Amino acid sequence: MFSPGIWRMKRFADSVPEIIDLQREINKLFTHVSQSTTPDYPAVNVWEKENSLIVMTELPGMDADDIDISVTGAVLTISGTSKSDPVKEGETYLRQERELGHFQRNIELPFQADPKEVAAKYEKGILTITLPRMKEDLPKKIKINV
Amino acid sequence: MSEKDLQKTENKAATERIRNVKTFMPRVDIYQTKEALFLVADMPGIDEKTVDVELEKNILTISGRVENGNVKDHSLVFSEYEIGDYERTFTLSDEIDRDKIKATVKQGVLRLELPKAEKLKPKKIKINAA
Repeated sequence: MFSPGIWRMKRFADSVPEIIDLQREINKLFTHVSQSTTPDYPAVNVWEKENSLIVMTELPGMDADDIDISVTGAVLTISGTSKSDPVKEGETYLRQERELGHFQRNIELPFQADPKEVAAKYEKGILTITLPRMKEDLPKKIKINV
Repeated sequence: MSEKDLQKTENKAATERIRNVKTFMPRVDIYQTKEALFLVADMPGIDEKTVDVELEKNILTISGRVENGNVKDHSLVFSEYEIGDYERTFTLSDEIDRDKIKATVKQGVLRLELPKAEKLKPKKIKINAA
């Protein structure tokens, strides 16, 4: 299903990132009490400006071609497959901690994004997606006739 | 998978740090071939200029500095991961040829090749018929 609920964080939109860090720290304290679902991979950070949204996620070591990004209405989908080094016969893993394999994530956006204007950048292992709001979806000022 | 497996692991500070940022332990894969040991570390946000590999005696330290990830003119509305530096140390055995260690960085992944010392490479022993 859709996650995360960007809506819920809305009230902090004007606050400094530290507040969100604090909220996360507090949530962490109660994680064992309430959380039954596992967090989704990859983790995302969402930044907001008036008419656009920036979604950032850490996907180290992938090829840009292996990452699929699609926008359908107000849902952003990020999927892909990260590959491990090919291991030949006679080679053995001593330690395996990295996240590898297929992943997919659907993120509900607070507005309709314009699919033609969506831009993505992948550098240093960080994927940055810029999503401008669809023009038709912008709030319209309504003139009151006297 | 439990939450612990998916979240970045924060380093427990053994020493006081000067920079007021969190440090994380990069996730690593280590595998060995006949010739060498390969160490692959996930350090998103670093490039060849901001990553350091140091070898002192037999302690190998990898570290990376990451600029704070704030986006200009934008405010953070939802956050699932934190941004910080990376650091992790490994103890090497003597079987590594220290002069031939190679390091490359690609898309936030540091890859170290630690060749095994010549004398310690596995050798096939030929058996002669008596």
